[in-house]
Amino acid sequence: MPTSRAPASGALAVKVRGLIKHYGPTTALDGVDLDVRPGAVLGVLGPNGAGKTTLVRVLSTLVRPDAGTAYVAGCDVLRQPRQLRRTIGLTGQYASVDEKLSGIENLYMIGRLLDLSRPDARRRASELLERFSLTEAAQRTAGTYSGGMRRRLDLAASLIGRPAVLYLDEPTTGLDPRTRKEVRRMVGEGVTVLLTTQYMEEAEQLASELAVIDRGKIIARGGVSELKAKVGRRTLRIRPADPLHLSSLATELDAAGLTGLAATAFDRETGTVVVPVQSDEQLTALVGTLAAHGVALADITTELPTLDEVFLSVTGHRTGISQDAAPAHQEVAA
Amino acid sequence: MSTAIPTRDLPAIQQGEADDRIGLRAGLRHTGALVRRNLLWIKKDPESMFDAVLMPVVFTLLFVYVFGGAIGHSLGGGHHQYVQYVIPGMLAMMSMTIAQGVGTGFNEDFHNGIMDRFRTMPIGRSSVLIAKISVELLRMLVATTILMIVAALVGFEFTNWAGLFAAVGLAVLFGSAMMWIFLVLGVTLKNAQSVQAMGFLVMMPLQFGSSIFAPTRSMSGWLRTFTAYNPMSGLADAARGLMIGGPIAHGLVVTLAWSAGLTLLMAPIAIHRFTTKS
Repeated sequence: MPTSRAPASGALAVKVRGLIKHYGPTTALDGVDLDVRPGAVLGVLGPNGAGKTTLVRVLSTLVRPDAGTAYVAGCDVLRQPRQLRRTIGLTGQYASVDEKLSGIENLYMIGRLLDLSRPDARRRASELLERFSLTEAAQRTAGTYSGGMRRRLDLAASLIGRPAVLYLDEPTTGLDPRTRKEVRRMVGEGVTVLLTTQYMEEAEQLASELAVIDRGKIIARGGVSELKAKVGRRTLRIRPADPLHLSSLATELDAAGLTGLAATAFDRETGTVVVPVQSDEQLTALVGTLAAHGVALADITTELPTLDEVFLSVTGHRTGISQDAAPAHQEVAA
Repeated sequence: MSTAIPTRDLPAIQQGEADDRIGLRAGLRHTGALVRRNLLWIKKDPESMFDAVLMPVVFTLLFVYVFGGAIGHSLGGGHHQYVQYVIPGMLAMMSMTIAQGVGTGFNEDFHNGIMDRFRTMPIGRSSVLIAKISVELLRMLVATTILMIVAALVGFEFTNWAGLFAAVGLAVLFGSAMMWIFLVLGVTLKNAQSVQAMGFLVMMPLQFGSSIFAPTRSMSGWLRTFTAYNPMSGLADAARGLMIGGPIAHGLVVTLAWSAGLTLLMAPIAIHRFTTKS
C-alpha cells in the first residue's frame, strides 16, 4: 500500500530529513538533513558528542528518532526496520564480535543468521577471512586477536551479507593501513559507505565526500577539496630562483600591500616565502606584482588548508587532536 | 588477493510497503545458530558448567550431612528420612539458581557490542532470547541429572519414575518462567555484578522462606502464609508428592499459576526492553 505521506527517496542510498533525537536534556541530533548517493563514501566529521554515533544508530535501527524521517536503500527506518536490516552492515565503535568464538566460528554464525546455507556460510567465512588476512588466525579465539585483527574480523562480519550500505562508526580504533585499503577498495564495488570520524587524516584518506557535524547539525557538506576551497583560504608558497632574494621579495610584497591580512613568513629551510591568500583576486594581484618587479621564480604553489583548518573555520573550535596531514599541492599555472 | 565482492545494486524503492516478516523456519534456523554459539562457549570454557555440576553435589551433601540428622529427627525419623524430604526440594532450588545465570550472561552480551550486531541483523529479536533460554534449560537438565546421581548415592529411594519425570518437567517449566525475571534484570541493570546481586535478593527469601529445606510447621503465622504461596514451596511440595508420595494438588496449582503469571508478565517486559534498549 503506497502512502502519499512518504517522501520519495529517489535513487539515494541514504536520505535523512529533519532528524531529531534527545537524550533527556541533551540534544544529540538537532534536525539533521543528509543525502548520500549510492556508491559514495561519505565521511561524517565531527568532534566527540557531535551526534555522529547517534546518527549511525538511528540509521541502523538501534535508536528511534524523536522526529524526522530516514530512508536507507529505500527502506523507512521506522516502518521497515527488518527489511532495512537486510541491506546494511554495521561496524560499531566497539568490535562487535564474540570474543569467545574463533574467527571462523564468528563469521559462520553471522552467515547462518543471514540465511546462508551451511556450505555457503562456510565458504563465505573463509573467503572473507582470506580477504582480511585472517586465514592463519581463523581457528583462534577472537579474544586473543590484536586490536587491528579484531577490527578486520568485525569488518568481515559486516560484509558477510553483502550490504548495500555500510556504516563504519569511528573506524580509527585499530583500523590499520591494510584495512583502510580494504575499505577504499569497497568504494569501487558499489558499496555505499557512511563513516564517522573525528580525525581529519582519516576522513581525508577514506572519504570522497564530507559532512561536518557539530552539536547535532550538519554544518557543512561537500567534496573534500570543495570543502577546503569553501573556506576560501589558501597559502601561496613562492620560491625565488635566488635564495638571497627572499627578504627583498617579502619586503616588496609588503610594500604592495598584498599581505596585510596575515603575516608573511620566510621559510629559510625550503627557501620560500609563505603568503596567506584570502581571495582569487588577491592571488592574481600578487602574481601580477611579482611579474612587474621582474622577480625570477623557481617555483610557486598554492596549498589548500588541511581539514583541521576547515573544521576550525566552520565550527569555530578545534577538533580533539590535530593531524599533521600533508596538504594537497596545486601547481599554479604561470 | 582474493575474490572481489560483486557490486550490490540498491533494491528498488519500496515506499510504504509492509515490513518483512521472519518465517518460522528462518526463526528456528537463527535460534539454532545462536544455540550453537552458546554451546561453543561451554565447550571452550567448561568451567562455566561448574555451577551446574557442583552445586547439586555440594548443596545436597551440605544439607544432608549438616542438617539432615536434626531436621530428620523432627520429622520423626532421621538422616535417611531427611534425604527423602530434601531431594525434591533441591530439585526446586536448582531450577531457580540455574535460571539466575541467564541474566548475567545476557548482560555481558550488551557490553561487548555483539548485541548491537544481532539487533542490526534481519533476525527475530526473540531468537536471541530463546537461544539463551534453551541453553540454560540444557544446563538445568545437566544439573538435575547430577542431582539424581548424588541423590541415589546418599540413599534416596526412587520409587515412582513417572512421578520423578513429572517433577523434573515441572521444575524445568518453573525455571524457564523464572528466567524472564532474570532476563529483565539482565537488560535493565548496568553491569553483571548488579544483575547477580539483584538476582540473589530475589532468590534468597524465596528459597529459604519455603519448604525446600525444612517443613514450615514451626514457622510463625504470617511466614506460613508467605510460604504457602511461595512458588518455591509449591514446587518443592509438588515435587515431593510426585517423587515420594503425598499431597500434590496445592503445590502444583501454586507452581503452575506462578509459572504462567511470571511468563505473561515478564516475557513481554523482557522482549520490550530488549527490543528498545539503545
